[in-house]
Amino acid sequence: MEPDQVQLIACIPRLRRYARALVGSRGEADDLVQDTMERGWSRLAAWRRGSDMRAWLFGIMHNLYVDQARKGRIDTEELSDNTPEPAIGAGHAERLEVRDMDAALRLLPAEQREIILLIALEEMTYEEIAATLRIPIGTVMSRLARGRERLRALMEGRPAATPLKVVK
Amino acid sequence: MKQHPVTEADLHAYIDGALPPSRCAEVEAYLAQRPSEAERLQAYRAQKNELRALFNPVIDEPIPPSIPSRPRRRQWRMMRFAAGVAIAIVSGFAGWLLHDHAMPDLQARAWHTRPAISTGTPALARQAAIAHVVYSPDVRHPVEIGADQEDQLVTWLSKRMGTPIRPPRLGKLGYELIGGRLLPGQSGPVAQFMYHDASGQRLTLYVSTEQSHNKDTGFRFAEEGPVNVFYWIDGKFGYALSAGTGKAELARIATAVYEQLEKS
Repeated sequence: MEPDQVQLIACIPRLRRYARALVGSRGEADDLVQDTMERGWSRLAAWRRGSDMRAWLFGIMHNLYVDQARKGRIDTEELSDNTPEPAIGAGHAERLEVRDMDAALRLLPAEQREIILLIALEEMTYEEIAATLRIPIGTVMSRLARGRERLRALMEGRPAATPLKVVK
Repeated sequence: MKQHPVTEADLHAYIDGALPPSRCAEVEAYLAQRPSEAERLQAYRAQKNELRALFNPVIDEPIPPSIPSRPRRRQWRMMRFAAGVAIAIVSGFAGWLLHDHAMPDLQARAWHTRPAISTGTPALARQAAIAHVVYSPDVRHPVEIGADQEDQLVTWLSKRMGTPIRPPRLGKLGYELIGGRLLPGQSGPVAQFMYHDASGQRLTLYVSTEQSHNKDTGFRFAEEGPVNVFYWIDGKFGYALSAGTGKAELARIATAVYEQLEKS
């Protein structure tokens, strides 16, 4: 085994943890890890030695996840940063259900969930997340703030606050 | 002194440990005046902890065999082919370049006969090295059952492996048992015992019971990147001892392991 092959293999448990949190079901998460590793192996020669392998590999997983979500293989909410967030938990029963963290996580837009998870599980810095997801750091911060607030609202069983809008 | 106003980004950076200490103090002073904001940040911190509690156990799960730990055969062949071509081109070019400089014939031939990529480490040594690489760096959960519950570990592993199995004692060599775990092998479960020495250097013993098709071997040595492996086959049992330590040190430990297993 070459050192970069060792590094690649050593990332598998972390990829599995992240994928499980990202997509929820064990089977779908491992399918995503399998696709990621297959792509990782086939592109390993193109990986630049000395650069951050974790960012590279999690970036591959992100791209695959976005592609799959687009094709409808994975059930996600398609929301852009500008979509007003719908209030949830109108009925009592629904409110109680989402007090479970795993369920609440599923109700977040995927792009907010990714950032929250990369920080909590991978302990990535904001710069590393920006590099992994290829988005500006300002976007990382705004998605993080929205995601955390929405998650808090879900866990407390109240409707998520509508984002503030500038009224002219 | 005028302070910069505390922004939403500062508050998140504060709980993520991304602020310099001087700025932390300013954020703390800000929060001391605003209990509802402090409460909100406390909720965010609780989210992080809850997510870790929920998903960290995944790190310990055995990796399903569907996830590739090596390139697909076709890719592998392509890589070897590409590497071969690259070497042929380089050496051809070097030969051409050195043609007039009387490169010793022997050396020129060595260029062409150098193997493209070494392959052929037996599956047992390779799988053991992979398991070592995957599980030994994990600081918090290197094992499924710890050495403090050794009896339980022995009972559980023996039951799952379908044969009595017990971790050798390596205390005299300076290695203490951390614990063990069960991993998927090619056709059945495989056990991995993990040890460490006083400096934290980790050592894993991989025990498989699927070697019936292989002949007994003496000690064999394999190098898998940074991992050195001593392995041997004894009846249906295959043993592989992996560590990042030098070959001589590992040989000493492997001998001790072998002797203990012979006696039991």
